[in-house]
Amino acid sequence: MSERTKVEVTLAVNGRPYRVRVEPRRTLADTLRDDCGLTGTHLGCEHGVCGACTILADGQPVRACLMFAVQCEGMDLRTVEDLADGDRLHPIQQAFWDNHGLQCGFCTPGFLMLAAGYLEQNPDPGEDELRAVLSSNLCRCTGYQNILKSVRQAAEVMRA
Amino acid sequence: MAPGYYTPALMKPAPFDYHQARSVAEAVTHLGEYGYEAKVLAGGQSLVPAMNFRLARPAVLVDINPLDELDYLEEDGDTLRIGAMVRHVAFERPVTEGPTGRLLTMAAHHVGHLPIRIRGTFGGSLAHADPAAEWCVIALLLDAELSTRSPSGGRDIPAGGFFQTVFTTALEPEELLVEVRLPKLASHTRVGFQQFSRRAGDFALAMAAVAFESDDGRVANARIALGGVSDRPLRAGEAEQALEGQPATDESFRAAAEIAALEIDAIGDIHGSAGYRRDLVRALTRRALEQAIAA
Repeated sequence: MSERTKVEVTLAVNGRPYRVRVEPRRTLADTLRDDCGLTGTHLGCEHGVCGACTILADGQPVRACLMFAVQCEGMDLRTVEDLADGDRLHPIQQAFWDNHGLQCGFCTPGFLMLAAGYLEQNPDPGEDELRAVLSSNLCRCTGYQNILKSVRQAAEVMRA
Repeated sequence: MAPGYYTPALMKPAPFDYHQARSVAEAVTHLGEYGYEAKVLAGGQSLVPAMNFRLARPAVLVDINPLDELDYLEEDGDTLRIGAMVRHVAFERPVTEGPTGRLLTMAAHHVGHLPIRIRGTFGGSLAHADPAAEWCVIALLLDAELSTRSPSGGRDIPAGGFFQTVFTTALEPEELLVEVRLPKLASHTRVGFQQFSRRAGDFALAMAAVAFESDDGRVANARIALGGVSDRPLRAGEAEQALEGQPATDESFRAAAEIAALEIDAIGDIHGSAGYRRDLVRALTRRALEQAIAA
């Protein structure tokens, strides 16, 4: 692929600008990982089913594998790297730690960003609603009960 | 790259030229220029997976995400006008008072998962024409009218003539779907929506949407639309006729559901046989009718 087919894109990720040169076919997920060096965003299925690549675009949880980097100029993008404040974990991360909300950890960045985006807009979700939202992502260790517990705890802490 | 070596780029779309449309006119000009080579990129929640699998290999993508002019919901008398770029998530709460808003809300919660609903669009869903797409069934149930723009102008297409077969609609390659108009149901209309899928958020194996009036205990203006059971969404015309004027009772509903199950041309595939889908239609139609009368 010749260099001239690439386009220059400036992405705002976690409050910092990243100027990258990418082909239009480069997904946002690949761009974050390979061009921005932000490998916290994981790639599972690459067709929008598993949710491992979930990030926040303008505050809303989206599948980064189903967007192209060229579409994202001007968006406020947030990845899992943005959650912790130095060594201080985000309440959602702390809740996953406290409740054994991760086993192998592969799906965790996606679940954290899904929960972050959702709880920021819905601080006090009902149980059915929370289950429906968390059904968006897959955990192949099948640790769903502890993920639910974690997000419930995080919601309480974040409301306090 | 020699086969067998690890490559981080295992599942990626084929190369394409990217055009970000700044107006409907510009989008339509691109479509006129590239014709079959081009695809419209709306929410991308169906197109991009197909491209990642290389099931779709458009040479050109025309991105209409920047077109705020297509992101509107307006009530125009007895009509709800939906811009093609309205995202699924907008319908999770009623966008209009009465049964039309309630029905849209019922269906919205079945469209994929939350992150999919945040990006995916109403118009994109219709243009994609998955036989198991909720909005296609709703459009058919409500006798929607679809407006397009093309280099030669544009036209209006009734939903009944829009869906042709799997992923195939009346849209020409140079046409852009810009608006969907839903005639609003009368305020006393009863509505129901039921579907079955193996896991939450999966494509449904079958779904039934119904609307009818029953002011004096008898059914009037019965409508039944089915999805996921054939190569396109269907109206169960014989079942609708059979219900007309009947008492709104479980017995009538069971009889109508039986007719719906028998009149359709169900398909069988790896997810379920034709016979199984008929059984689902029988159960879901009855449940949707009962749900409607109970509300």
